[in-house]
Amino acid sequence: MIFATALMLMAAMMLMLVRLLRGPELYDRVLAVNSFGTKTILFLCVFSFLIGRNDGVDIALLYAIMNFISTIAILKFFRYRTLDVALSRRRRRRA
Amino acid sequence: MFGEGMGYAFSLLIAMALLWLVLSGHYDSTLLLSLGGGSAVFAVFLAWRLHILDDETSPYHKLPRFFIYWPWLLVEVIKANIIVVRTILSPVMVLTPRMVRVKTLPGTDMGKVLLANSITLTPGTVSVDIDRDEIIVHALLKELTAKEGFAEMARRCAWTWGEKEEVS
Amino acid sequence: MHILEIARHILAALCLLGGASLVLAGASGVVRLPDFYTRLHAAGVTDTLGTLLVLLGLILLSGLTLLSAKLALVGLFLFLTSPASTHAIANAAHKAGLKPRLGTWRSEPEAKEDKGA
Repeated sequence: MIFATALMLMAAMMLMLVRLLRGPELYDRVLAVNSFGTKTILFLCVFSFLIGRNDGVDIALLYAIMNFISTIAILKFFRYRTLDVALSRRRRRRA
Repeated sequence: MFGEGMGYAFSLLIAMALLWLVLSGHYDSTLLLSLGGGSAVFAVFLAWRLHILDDETSPYHKLPRFFIYWPWLLVEVIKANIIVVRTILSPVMVLTPRMVRVKTLPGTDMGKVLLANSITLTPGTVSVDIDRDEIIVHALLKELTAKEGFAEMARRCAWTWGEKEEVS
Repeated sequence: MHILEIARHILAALCLLGGASLVLAGASGVVRLPDFYTRLHAAGVTDTLGTLLVLLGLILLSGLTLLSAKLALVGLFLFLTSPASTHAIANAAHKAGLKPRLGTWRSEPEAKEDKGA
């Protein structure tokens, strides 16, 4: 049952690769990479159960953080062509 | 003012310590526990130095309302999921994509963020842009763009972020 | 007690397989749907209920241990970040001037996929 879940997640990742290679727009590709990352996180969790070691879940957590940051960084770069831009206009409060 | 800041710092400290415990899984070694406590204190110090130690960073007094809001959101997400999956998997797909503007009820930034995130989290509707007090939403089907649904979500978000006292 | 154990495993299996089929349905939607904005919605199915069900199934399998706490943490993190990244992609496309296709669209069963693209 865990094996079947892993296989289905693999199939979903293959479909994401199809969209990544075919996607006409840049944003289709970013979406495919982001969604691929989500599926990778799930696959890592399932895989750590499959091989009976708990370390995979830690790696999945790390991968979740990395996936989010890399998506934002890619989009920021393609919008401003530099990473040296402040994204937040939050006013600094003097304590 | 000082007491309020201490409350934020203390709740953030507890959250960081709990996070450290869950991630490391060490409960018995005194050295490791003290190192973990030290890193939690250091994280709170960094947050204080960045001047982000306020109600957006550690909203501990709003947490009870979130635990009422999340189950309602979960039910909405499940309902929308069923509609979207049925549309995607049908052999003849009939889509009616729409761009609509949704009035936001919450006045503060975090209330608006909560509403926009809830709209995005519900499949079939994605918040694309925000224009003063309106959120531009792209919807997959025209059935998902009912004004009453968005209005109820906005009311509940305003209530969750403590801008209104009763839900309805 | 024994009955409870069996029920837990059956429930876990149902959650895992249901979640994986939802993920697969969302992925097939990302391939099949006609334009970028509609593909976002299909990816949203994977991000919300698919993730939730798969992680719930794993939590049911592992019982009340540190591992299930970590799995819940993964779920919470995905729950908080996935709308943010979806919105970031949609907003970037909108600001770059990518126009959505509005109006009614229907696919014919044997029509070519890139008919209206």
